[in-house]
Amino acid sequence: MSTALNKTVQFLEVTGLNWFVPVAKICAGQNVKEQFNQLSRMVGVPVFAFLVFLLFWSAAAQNIVTSLGNLPAPTETWQQFEGLIEDHNRERAKEVAFYERQEKRNAEKLEKNPDAKVKIRPYTGKPTFFDQVFTSIYTVFVGFVLASLIAIPLGIICGLSKILYTGLNPLIQIFRPVSPLAWLPIVTMVVSATYTAKDPMFAKSFINSALTVTLCSLWPTLINTTVGVSGIDKDLINVSRVLQLNWITKVFKVIIPASLPMIFTGLRLSLGVGWMVLIAAEMLAQNPGLGKFVWDEFQNGSSNSLGRILVAVFVIGIIGFILDRVMLTLQKLVSHDKTVDIR
Amino acid sequence: MTNHYLDISGVSIEFPTPNGPFKALDNVNLKINKGEFISLIGHSGCGKSTVLNIVAGLYQATEGGVILEGKEVDQPGPDRAVVFQNHSLFPWLTVYDNVRLAVDKVMANKSKAERHEWAEHNLELVHMSHALHKRPAEISGGMKQRVGIARALAMEPKVLLMDEPFGALDALTRAHMQDSLMEIQTRLNNTVIMITHDVDEAVLLSDRIVMMTNGPAASIGEILPVELERPRDRLALADDPTYNHYRAEVLKFLHERHAKPDVPTTPKAEPAAAPETDSANSSKVPEEEDLAA
Repeated sequence: MSTALNKTVQFLEVTGLNWFVPVAKICAGQNVKEQFNQLSRMVGVPVFAFLVFLLFWSAAAQNIVTSLGNLPAPTETWQQFEGLIEDHNRERAKEVAFYERQEKRNAEKLEKNPDAKVKIRPYTGKPTFFDQVFTSIYTVFVGFVLASLIAIPLGIICGLSKILYTGLNPLIQIFRPVSPLAWLPIVTMVVSATYTAKDPMFAKSFINSALTVTLCSLWPTLINTTVGVSGIDKDLINVSRVLQLNWITKVFKVIIPASLPMIFTGLRLSLGVGWMVLIAAEMLAQNPGLGKFVWDEFQNGSSNSLGRILVAVFVIGIIGFILDRVMLTLQKLVSHDKTVDIR
Repeated sequence: MTNHYLDISGVSIEFPTPNGPFKALDNVNLKINKGEFISLIGHSGCGKSTVLNIVAGLYQATEGGVILEGKEVDQPGPDRAVVFQNHSLFPWLTVYDNVRLAVDKVMANKSKAERHEWAEHNLELVHMSHALHKRPAEISGGMKQRVGIARALAMEPKVLLMDEPFGALDALTRAHMQDSLMEIQTRLNNTVIMITHDVDEAVLLSDRIVMMTNGPAASIGEILPVELERPRDRLALADDPTYNHYRAEVLKFLHERHAKPDVPTTPKAEPAAAPETDSANSSKVPEEEDLAA
């Protein structure tokens, strides 16, 4: 029983779900009173802080009046969230009904004339809030993966060759602080000039957003990879020299494993930056994601808008938090030094 | 014997620094026979690690060279295996995989089963068979150093180079490791160059003790042959007058005669028995050194 508990606790700690460790221990019947105390400290305090925050929010909501009505209070925001869920379900039901009708029509046509041409048209309803959430996550991943594919090899080369690093460093430092809003017009122009397929697989807005995410989020990974590779213990490099390892073996068996913790730190930072950049990019590029949702609501100016925007704010924050947690878990898994506490 | 196994001949090395070239070693001459156990002893920063690194091929001498079995060596290789002061095991590999990495490289043309057996054999030699699947972070300092030694032995080197291998360990562990090393030496009869700060260790383990003068521009000061019969028992030797004589000789050199005749004596340094890190010397590594080299 205790090994099962140990394994569970280990799993919870690696995945960053530390809140559940006392719960697991309570279930195992270990030091129940002490665990309840720990639980109230670990969970109770943040929950209390959150309730205080809700209080301040309600107070602010009553006092701030905008052209669209009061700043929405927590309860209104929650109602808007429920409204969005309803909208989503309604759209889904409409879509299902549409396809059913189409099927019936086509079946009837085929009955009368087996050789008739049947048209299968896709449903063209507008994307719901949750479709947009999915689009955003998908876009940020494409941008992030592209950024990693560029940044990691480049970082390894820069870490190994001082000359290349000295040459590229000024460029890296100049392009790193550039805002996505500055990149977007350039990206849009270049993409519309070069991506001229008749029947494009990807929408231009998607490509623009993803490329902007790439351009802004590759820098943390690049810099961290360079630092990680150049900071490898010289003795480990000497071991590979004594063993006369060829350069491929050296890169894949010594350099990459040794610098993996720093690389993952960079990836985690990059994903965080990428998620922030994405919302801004989507707003301007009109990619059907959360950014566009916020922009449309803002332009819409209905009495629901502010509430919906606040829902979007929280959803963006929570998704960003989850993404960070996933990267944190990966970071913990690849670290060599199990005694260090990575947060 | 005119043809020595390992011949360090007229070796000098200069490092480029912002303040001008720094001459770390000046005309180091040492001839070593096959199967000899040599201790290299001297004050901190006198260049012992530099000599070892030149023999290992990790640095290139600016004058003179190192000749092993009649061929000059200037590149690192598994024929001159190194045991580093800080074990230098790969932390992401298990104990077994660390040794196996060396075995796979050195015995690339042998079968998988033979390589597996050879890796296990070497770990058995250092009494680490019980911890094959542990990571370096999970074992003690002494155990890590044992694995480092196993990895070096697995390369079947012509010369085994050890850079203060027991410097980071406590006295008891050091005693155990010295006994293990003597046991391995009896079995394998390797040619060994070991850097140490510990006078007792040097007298106990070696056939000859090479004492270096102080840096900069250090050279070999004196060479003391240790004619004690093997196997050597530290407890029995504690009362042995010859052992104590050798010990006294080394201490006298380190405290009184460590300077070169034409170089002014530096002020009295710490007693050599206390383990000191050789960081003063290793920090002279040229900054421009390419990792890709």
